[in-house]
Amino acid sequence: MGDPGTKEVLSLEALQASASLRTGRKHVLSLVVQNRPGVLVRIAGLFARRGFNINTLSVGPTDDDNKSRVTVTVDGATVPIDQVTKQLHKLVNVLKIRDLEPDQTVARELALFKVGVENGPRRAEVLQICNIFRGKIVDITKQSLVIEVTGTPEKIEALEEMLLPFGLIEMMRTGEIAISRGRDET
Amino acid sequence: MRAVDAIMECLKAEGVEVVFGYPGGANLPTYDAFVDAGIRHVLVRHEAGGGHAAEGYAKSTGKVAVCLGTSGPGATNLVTPIMDAMMDSVPVVFITGQVRTDLLGTDGFQEADILGITMPAVKHSWMITDPADIPQAIHEAFHVAGSGRPGPVVVDIPTDLSKADIPYEIGQEVPLDLPGYQPKFEGNAKQIRQAARALAAAKRPVLYVGGGAVAAGAQDEVRELAHVSGFPVTCTLMALGVYPAPDPQWLGMPGMHGTRTANYSMDEADLIFSIGARFDDRITGNLAEFAPNAKFIHLDIDPAEIGKNVPAHIPIVGDAKQVLGKLIPEYESLGAEKARLDDWWEKIHGWQAKYPLTYEDTKDSEIKPQFAIKAIWEASGGDAIVTSDVGQHQMWTAQRYDFKEPRTWINSGGLGTMGFGLPAALGAQVGNPDSLVICVTGDGSIQMNSQEMATATQEGLPVKVVIINNGYLGMVRQWQELFWEKRYSHVDLRDPDNEVPNWMKLADAYGWTGVRLEKKETLVDDLRAAFATPGPVLVDVRVVREENTYPMIAPGAAARDMVG
Repeated sequence: MGDPGTKEVLSLEALQASASLRTGRKHVLSLVVQNRPGVLVRIAGLFARRGFNINTLSVGPTDDDNKSRVTVTVDGATVPIDQVTKQLHKLVNVLKIRDLEPDQTVARELALFKVGVENGPRRAEVLQICNIFRGKIVDITKQSLVIEVTGTPEKIEALEEMLLPFGLIEMMRTGEIAISRGRDET
Repeated sequence: MRAVDAIMECLKAEGVEVVFGYPGGANLPTYDAFVDAGIRHVLVRHEAGGGHAAEGYAKSTGKVAVCLGTSGPGATNLVTPIMDAMMDSVPVVFITGQVRTDLLGTDGFQEADILGITMPAVKHSWMITDPADIPQAIHEAFHVAGSGRPGPVVVDIPTDLSKADIPYEIGQEVPLDLPGYQPKFEGNAKQIRQAARALAAAKRPVLYVGGGAVAAGAQDEVRELAHVSGFPVTCTLMALGVYPAPDPQWLGMPGMHGTRTANYSMDEADLIFSIGARFDDRITGNLAEFAPNAKFIHLDIDPAEIGKNVPAHIPIVGDAKQVLGKLIPEYESLGAEKARLDDWWEKIHGWQAKYPLTYEDTKDSEIKPQFAIKAIWEASGGDAIVTSDVGQHQMWTAQRYDFKEPRTWINSGGLGTMGFGLPAALGAQVGNPDSLVICVTGDGSIQMNSQEMATATQEGLPVKVVIINNGYLGMVRQWQELFWEKRYSHVDLRDPDNEVPNWMKLADAYGWTGVRLEKKETLVDDLRAAFATPGPVLVDVRVVREENTYPMIAPGAAARDMVG
């Protein structure tokens, strides 16, 4: 298209618009932001006022004290993902945004499950399920267990499903963090 | 030196000639620094007036303006001008005082979280936590406000930090640290070439010009492209004057109260070249039915505007002046014949002949508001700087004043802020001391910031305020008439037996000249005399009460279904 000096007539009918498409899939956005007061409010406020729904959001330090990493997951079926990234780019404290390709990304979250179990066969059954999911028991009392597990959201949801019949007292999830596969920086 | 003295030095280094503001407890140190700084300070009567005055200064001069307010209510009074500047991309640095750091977060006297309150309304903001950072924050604030897509910024300075001594030398180089802020100016060469080819292929093109062309100072390029291509041109409310009106290629303004010709042209166009415009809902009407046959070339310095409301077939991120400068020779090299537009122009001329901007004049001496706007145009020679408030008078002025140059029409477009016009006129007069500055306002709008009449007198600003006085909140009345079965609810401002305010006494009270005009026959001459009167003048023009602003795209309707 458009080599220098071309006089070839362009057909207006053939022009395609690309912007503002709904992709229909989950997007994991990985942001590097300046570690300044109020940065998270700016990001969260942007999502709220533009009507972009956040599925999960996690924030943490990086290897550089001046920078933090924010991982946001959004649903590309309900949110125009190009608008999300363009609006985020306008925030002066946002240094870098990557919309991570699912097959080029390792994404994990951590969950803690508190399960009510008295001593007896049910406790053994929960321990067995916990092992299958490679979970760890991080607290134990006569009435309860706390299981720590990491994995994809799908894995965590599967474990939740398995634990529900035993009396799940509560559950906490961090939301996903993600890193790109291979040598290059995320 | 004291941080506040460093602020003054930073302002001077940024070329600041004037600051609009209002002092209070938390910014007392800054005001102390003004005593010796040698920077002009315009003392307004309300912070909102200061903010809008700063906007008027910035919009009329293209310079970054500065506005000061104290903490708490001083800062919250600035919220409307800050949001107004955000919507219309006006570069203003707002510097607010804040309570002492030891009181922060304690609900201290006159404490307000102004950074939190204004976060959705600023391009960026800075909270000072270390006084040594103040010079850098000030310079960064100017850079962010004035570059790329301009906009308002806020620097919030706790009063104890502003008094601190900091290591700063006059003239010191202050490096900026803004790694996340890199606006793009040049435009992608391939996209520019593609745009030129699309323009050369278009048979029913429209150049649709917005405020970005004003910010970029791209009027010469827009005019050149129009002349080289022979394309019809429409400018949004924010861009009136970028292309001079009237002119054979001028379609008038598009949108809700634009001309039928401009709206029908967009509706039937095969290619719309948007130059720094953003397809606001007041332009597009029902978005689903907007320009159904058109492809879009969208040039904007803000990538987030591209593809936001309409699809962009050829997106170009860049500065309008720079991009058009490259695009024009590309277009010329393609040798497109103007004759291909003959059918298109025939159609446009048909609309222009059939649907001129018109109104039915009165049979007696009574003044129609449309007549009043034309009279203002004539009496001012058509080249005044005109500010307006918001409502019917604003639309009548936009339709009928025939602006010839950018930055001569100053109004609140995006936010639609009543009370904008008078303080904006003061700011414009400060920035353009030798120009005739006229504020066209309504009897509703003017009362939202009429306290600034005192500022005009004290500062010697000879603005001419023309009230298009119909005794109504006219635009709301019009909507109630058209869409609410004429059930008038709280729009009548006039009690004929006890009219308030007495405009002539109000003018007198503030040391202004007051004139009341009611006769069509002498209106132009009377206005000419008023504009020639030294000092500020309040002109109360009595107009027909229930005149509607037409034509009009009803809310939610398509452009082709304009009424009136």
